[in-house]
Amino acid sequence: MQSTKSLFENIRNDFPILKRIVRDNKQLVYLDNASTTQKPNQVIDAITDYYRNHNANIHRAVYALAEEATEAYEASRDKIANFINVKNRQEIIFVRGTTEAINLVAYAWGRPHINEGDIIVTTEYEHHSNIVPWQLLTQEKRAKLEYIGMDDNGELILDDLDKYLATGKVKLVTFSLMSNVLGTITNAEKIIEKCKAAGVPTLVDGAQAVPHMKVDLEKLGCDFFAFSGHKMLGPTGIGVLWVRKSVLETMSPFHGGGDMIREVHKYETTWNDLPYKFEAGTPNIADVVGLGAAIDYLTKIGMDNVREHEIELTKYAIEKLSAVKGLHIYGTQDISKRGGVISFNFADVHPHDVAQIVDGEGIAVRSGHHCAQVLMERLNVAATSRASFYIYNTKQDIDILVNSLNIVAKVFKL
Amino acid sequence: MSGNADIYHEMIVDYSRNPINYGEIENHDVTFHDSNPLCGDSIDIDMKIDQDKVTDIKFHGKGCAICMACSSVLTEITKGKTIDEARAIEKNDVLGELGLEHLQAVRIKCALLSLKVLKSALYTYIGKNLSETQDVDKLKEEADNLY
Repeated sequence: MQSTKSLFENIRNDFPILKRIVRDNKQLVYLDNASTTQKPNQVIDAITDYYRNHNANIHRAVYALAEEATEAYEASRDKIANFINVKNRQEIIFVRGTTEAINLVAYAWGRPHINEGDIIVTTEYEHHSNIVPWQLLTQEKRAKLEYIGMDDNGELILDDLDKYLATGKVKLVTFSLMSNVLGTITNAEKIIEKCKAAGVPTLVDGAQAVPHMKVDLEKLGCDFFAFSGHKMLGPTGIGVLWVRKSVLETMSPFHGGGDMIREVHKYETTWNDLPYKFEAGTPNIADVVGLGAAIDYLTKIGMDNVREHEIELTKYAIEKLSAVKGLHIYGTQDISKRGGVISFNFADVHPHDVAQIVDGEGIAVRSGHHCAQVLMERLNVAATSRASFYIYNTKQDIDILVNSLNIVAKVFKL
Repeated sequence: MSGNADIYHEMIVDYSRNPINYGEIENHDVTFHDSNPLCGDSIDIDMKIDQDKVTDIKFHGKGCAICMACSSVLTEITKGKTIDEARAIEKNDVLGELGLEHLQAVRIKCALLSLKVLKSALYTYIGKNLSETQDVDKLKEEADNLY
């Protein structure tokens, strides 16, 4: 049995991109993992192997390749079911990513279920993908969109939820399991418990959580759950929507086309079984296979080890960054309530200028509003800089970031 | 200083700390607001226009050092120009003043946001005072091809 430490030391060898030299002969330091993660050889090879040796369309033809492709595609569905502890594989729908998953729910569940005067509740720290689809839906239906507020510590004010639930008009509560800006881990159990008591379904955006901690849907008890493959070592363009079967059965189709039908006649069509009713057209087979390989990779490391590694890095980063004069970190300092995402501002220097200068040192951090302008308004800032960690990051990466901030201080005479 | 810090020379840092022509004009003849959806930079420009001449111009908003420095320079260049002269201001007129001609593609929108706002403000003003001879399509084309 490998020790956790050596396990993480060897991980970097699996990621060819981490050997890249960028800018002025600088070794790449990749700290934008909340945006997308790098891919290990195992994922790259799985996709290449699929195209080299197994490529065929799935679910129809009887020849050998088609059987292999179908098997590989459906095997990934089973891997995902195991990974997030879902008992029924029919509840797992492949989509392009979290954004498409939420839009699918807004369209296929929302349109038949939301009426004038109804309320959909989201939160102040959502990504635009968990705000805009609900704005579109509530505007169309003359329903209302309300927000659970956030306190100065970056945690949700659950009294707001009670207030909305008390109206009896709430038809859906939707929230992210982890904020992509503050790293706050949402008290999902509490929210879902309250919603269940009120008979209100819940949607959980797991885009930031699934890659970084063990997620158990059986235990969580929500009704809709979405996440993306590319934030967890998998390819871009593939994600997952899970919907509780009893809810899925009440949903209209999303896209019409091949594979989602049982019988098509001139003027009417009957739908295929779940989950295929929601997977119209030839799906992204290769990337589903790639996502399966990413899940194998993470499973081998163990999600508890992933979380432990990130807790250690985040603790270290908060300690080192807090020591930089003039640097302000947003969100809670309680490490048990936050993932490996640190948003900060450095004195009066605009985050773009920070990002540009540290980029010169080979460091990839994100600057901007992080697709969370509602949260930026709440924090009363135009933008933040954000460093976010993953399994291949080291304390040395954080040291390099902190050192590069000295250059920022020098340039801007801080 | 190495790498990307080079573009942040004295002038840019100074302008970002102490922007020129920063503020609002109460009785402006035209005002325009625009933002960069990618980064959230946001600029307003107010102008006083007297007999076809930009007699006063001020900007306000939020942006990075590049954005603030370029806005300062742009307003300095524009003040006193006729509308046609102001319309003829090109991106290199602004970038050249600050030695930013070779700014990388992702930052060029920071540098030119205020130029876009200025042109939009000018078109708005012209549009309001449009005479029949003026070519609206040409104005639109000019606006679309700004970057």
